[in-house]
Amino acid sequence: MFPSQFDYHRPSSVAEAIQFLQNDPDAKILAGGHSLIPAMKLRLAVPSALVDLSQVDGLRGIAVNGDIRIGAMTTYAQLRDSDALKAAMPLLSEVANNVGDPQVQSRGTLGGSLAHADPAADFTAVVLALGGSVKAVGTGGEREISADDLFVDLFTTSLNPDEVITEVTIPNPAARTGMAYQKRGHPASGYAVVGVAVSVTVGDDGNVSDARIAVTGCTPKATRATAAEQALVGKPLNEASIDAAAKAAPEGLDINGDHYASAEYRAHLVEVDTRRALEAAAKAL
Amino acid sequence: MVASAPEKLVGKPIKRREDPRLITGAGVFIDDVRLPGLAHMAVLRSPYAHARIVSINADAARAMPGVLGVFTGEDIKHINPLPCAWQAPGVENKVNTPRLLALDEVHQVGDPVAVVVTESPYQAKDALAAIEVDYEELPAVVGARKATTPGAPQLHENAPSNIVFRWSCGQDADQVDAALAASEVQVRERIGNQQLIPTAIEPRGSIGRYDPGTGEYTLWATSQAPHVHRLLTAAFVLGVPEQKIRVIAPDVGGGFGSKIYLYFDMPLVLWLSEQLGGRPVKFFEDRSENFLHTSHGRGHDSDVAIGATKDGKITALRVDTFANLGGYLSTIAPGTPSTLYGRMVAGCYKIPNIHVGITGVYTNTAMVDAYRGAGRTEASYMIERVVDLVANATGVDPAEVRRLNFVQPEDFPFDNGLGGLPYDSGDYEKALNRALEMVGYEDLRREQAERRENGDRKMLGIGLSSFVEACGLGPSQYMGREGWAAGLWESANVRIHLTGKVVVTTGSLPHGQGHETTFSQLVADELGVPFEDIQVKHSDTQGTPFGYGSYGSRSLAVGGTAIYKSVAKVREKAMQLAAHLLEAAPEDIVYENGGAYVKGSPESGKTIQELAGAAHVGYDLPAGMEPTLEATTFYDPPSFTFPFGTHICVVEVDRDTGDTEVKRYVAVDDVGNVVNPLIVDGQLHGGITQGLGQALYEGVVYAEKGEMLTGSLNDYAIVRASMAPMFELENTVTPTSVNPLGARGVGEAGAIASTPAVANAVIDAVSHLGIRNMDMPLTPERVWRSMAANT
Amino acid sequence: MAEAVATRIPVKMTVNGTEYAAEVEPRLLLVHFLRDNLGLTGTHIGCDTSQCGACVVYLNGESIKSCTVLAVQADGGEVMTIEGLAKDGEYDPVQQGFWEMHGLQCGYCTPGMIMSTHSLLKRNPNPSETEIRHALEGNLCRCTGYQNIVKAVQYAAEQMSGGSAPTS
Repeated sequence: MFPSQFDYHRPSSVAEAIQFLQNDPDAKILAGGHSLIPAMKLRLAVPSALVDLSQVDGLRGIAVNGDIRIGAMTTYAQLRDSDALKAAMPLLSEVANNVGDPQVQSRGTLGGSLAHADPAADFTAVVLALGGSVKAVGTGGEREISADDLFVDLFTTSLNPDEVITEVTIPNPAARTGMAYQKRGHPASGYAVVGVAVSVTVGDDGNVSDARIAVTGCTPKATRATAAEQALVGKPLNEASIDAAAKAAPEGLDINGDHYASAEYRAHLVEVDTRRALEAAAKAL
Repeated sequence: MVASAPEKLVGKPIKRREDPRLITGAGVFIDDVRLPGLAHMAVLRSPYAHARIVSINADAARAMPGVLGVFTGEDIKHINPLPCAWQAPGVENKVNTPRLLALDEVHQVGDPVAVVVTESPYQAKDALAAIEVDYEELPAVVGARKATTPGAPQLHENAPSNIVFRWSCGQDADQVDAALAASEVQVRERIGNQQLIPTAIEPRGSIGRYDPGTGEYTLWATSQAPHVHRLLTAAFVLGVPEQKIRVIAPDVGGGFGSKIYLYFDMPLVLWLSEQLGGRPVKFFEDRSENFLHTSHGRGHDSDVAIGATKDGKITALRVDTFANLGGYLSTIAPGTPSTLYGRMVAGCYKIPNIHVGITGVYTNTAMVDAYRGAGRTEASYMIERVVDLVANATGVDPAEVRRLNFVQPEDFPFDNGLGGLPYDSGDYEKALNRALEMVGYEDLRREQAERRENGDRKMLGIGLSSFVEACGLGPSQYMGREGWAAGLWESANVRIHLTGKVVVTTGSLPHGQGHETTFSQLVADELGVPFEDIQVKHSDTQGTPFGYGSYGSRSLAVGGTAIYKSVAKVREKAMQLAAHLLEAAPEDIVYENGGAYVKGSPESGKTIQELAGAAHVGYDLPAGMEPTLEATTFYDPPSFTFPFGTHICVVEVDRDTGDTEVKRYVAVDDVGNVVNPLIVDGQLHGGITQGLGQALYEGVVYAEKGEMLTGSLNDYAIVRASMAPMFELENTVTPTSVNPLGARGVGEAGAIASTPAVANAVIDAVSHLGIRNMDMPLTPERVWRSMAANT
Repeated sequence: MAEAVATRIPVKMTVNGTEYAAEVEPRLLLVHFLRDNLGLTGTHIGCDTSQCGACVVYLNGESIKSCTVLAVQADGGEVMTIEGLAKDGEYDPVQQGFWEMHGLQCGYCTPGMIMSTHSLLKRNPNPSETEIRHALEGNLCRCTGYQNIVKAVQYAAEQMSGGSAPTS
């Protein structure tokens, strides 16, 4: 397996990277490369040039200060191994530890995953459920895009062609927030057949004040399971409300199937895994 | 002087002598072979499962950088198609084998249509993209049963209804039908055995080099049978004298059957090298090419009718199987579903009325040929599902149904009524009982009942698999009768150099099995020489006697016996020489502890090293004795060997999702005498894992028009480290009398036993819901759907 | 068709302690650079899709799949392959473990398997069986059924921790 020819650029600043992208509409950003390079080897992707962000300053690192800020080029391995992150939001480390395999974790990046918007990626749903956002920098300047607005369709985001994600922000969760990610990996690829990420906050009155539930693996893009969220808010987080939310979870989702797992089965899994994720989140409160 | 007894090595877990090169990266696999001037071949493959090639335009590709040549089927139409060397015996086979490159028509996605040869492999892929082929798509058919129905698309003119052969064994179908009709309990079921991709981690490859000076060809290939590949390439494809071709198998990264066959690239790289004036030409397939085009295994779809008494005794069995053979016949494809499957469907049971009918079928898929356990895996899956269906229908415990129907120790040699060779010996109940004891069967059944009572989400399943297989192939006379177009003996030469060092050459060869270690252990004990003084040479037609290669668990039982007999001949000659040198009567000489001496006087004896030296220099030999200690044996076994055992798998199935988790796996195997328990256990671990993969994960999926939907390791799941538990293994030892080693063979036993053990466990877990059968792989969705349909 | 004369880019990297410099096409995969440019053929290729792990090497201290990294991405970096693991003719404990416990059969996946194991033990010197199996998710073996690979890892962990028994 041998990729086609392309030009290679290794900018040292975001501005320089944007310049390369602007000059060549068929150029692609190279982050960790673990989605792009396999596609290029199979000649499913034939970019004219790659803009490698690895030497751009300031795109790596994890800052925990209330909100969690993660440089776009931070690898899964760095998320997995960060003591600060494990203390502040262990879910992110746990999810990172279950993306692909250790070698994918060594190279794959959080920003790359979000920008690629693979319909079966893990962090798309996790960041969506946690109410995260990305900072995007392009010729038009810098803007913050919430995860709710980032994912548009299959492998499609609201980023402009010349925009680069530089940072991902996960807001500081409110008190009494439980979060969990329930993933069912494909036995060959390891990608999510169904993944459900939840973040549930219980208010002073003992009822759910906020619930964010996001589904991946079975929908064209990471998608909020709004019916499930609505079934929880205002209710105590208990077996009955969790059951109601789980049953409601597939409602309104555009669930796809393939030869490995049909849409009907995946819809069923969305229910089961929403239940399991909410049970885990309730325990983590 | 002959020293005291050296430590015996046979039966000991000796660390493998192959490993130092492999753990340091110093192994040399096909992709590691470096030759000056190496050119690279890449293959343009059909995107259609069935199409007519209207035209090919390679002009643009020829002009690409680094391109040394572009060749199509038209350029090599004078070269013969590949041979089919094993047809279903006694019936007409409609033979269609592939050409090296398709001419006029393609019959599967991935069929080679053209090749480019370039300076670098990157350029080769670039050039492929510049070849234009105009295809006229034809209707394609997937599914063996479907392909035989009226109106199905036809692949080959000479094979109406796409039928390659119809073959049967056992009693007349009518007689068996009558016995079925008269049975107290009757069960009918459709049982599948899905098509699999062998998936050796090293893909296939070949390098051809023509020597214009001598007119000789050298082929390096990922090969389980270099001598056979030479024979077929020379005599059947290229028409080159056999002695002009040398075939070398470097380190081979797993085969599992898929590297037995002759593939298009092997003759082609030789021919291409000749076209390029002797530049070596290399082909190394991508994984996706391996999946599309290197031979697959299994692919059965069967109707089964079972008759039994109310207390679980099997009275009659009729099996009718459609066996997919793919778009063409691979090298030994028809022999697998006939001899290796049909004749073993009875398993370890006495079945008074039995009939097995096979229809071999062309469909627009990859060729299907032998894959680990070939035929016997399908047979053991069939019969072990049958036994569980009887248990299910009668309410008799599956262990008891097995006991009730087992061939008993006093029944051997046992003829199973299917026309194969008689089973040599065995004690099936002993292995079953030990496995039940190890797993704690009664406690598990109690726990299962409790969980069912409580409605636990995790349902417990216990799957039994008692198996017998036929391996150590095979007596040539029998195999000839069975349609095998050659002999099936094995060769060995044992030679002691002047320095006392021993070289063993063998027609067997490893692709992971550790021949160099096992064979050295054998020779060290039989000759009494140090392990380190023995070298085992293999895998090169130059310097080894003709051999049939490694498959069918035959290396130790057949290849090892050839070595054993050669050692015996060398020892005999050494004793005669010792008698001469010691001025003693030959009948007074004993051979022991690495030397020969007059009975009772080891201190005045001659070591084998001394005798080798004396034999080599030849100063003082008995009259008529030739110099050197060396002997060659061509060993043709008198029968197959029949390993057996019982495996038990314990699973938990999630009621909500259909997920299966393998909790325990217990195996009691009888492979006869064991030379190296480390290696035997390793073979079992690997075999069990592959079989487990078939039960739960693996399966080729083709779309209706013949596109492969599981074309990469992203889609086709083989077992990963996290999917298997630690296996609990024990052996019973019943030496076979078929060979002097008492070895039955172990290469395939694990894979033969485990698929039904795992599948039976999953089905057992949900049997209380009214489920008695499911198709493999038992994916969560399949299990979930079965449960949904039965509640 | 684009003009096919490729731009070549200079790269420098240290591989198994030796510095190398070369000019390569941007599309050259690291695994091909190691195998074809440097002749380090112990690193193998078993798939197209980053699944099999036969190509695992260290890049800058982390285990990576060299079939999914461009040589130009390793520019300025430090690579260690299976050939660099043994020191002064002494096998690394991981290599020794694979030998002792029969953790390999055909040996094709073995270099990658050893490198992944090495990397695991660097992060987690005393892994449980579950952690070992999880850490080897990216390495496929078709021969051993992984049982003896797990034992090999446990053996190596024990050796490296000075003989204390690993948990299982």
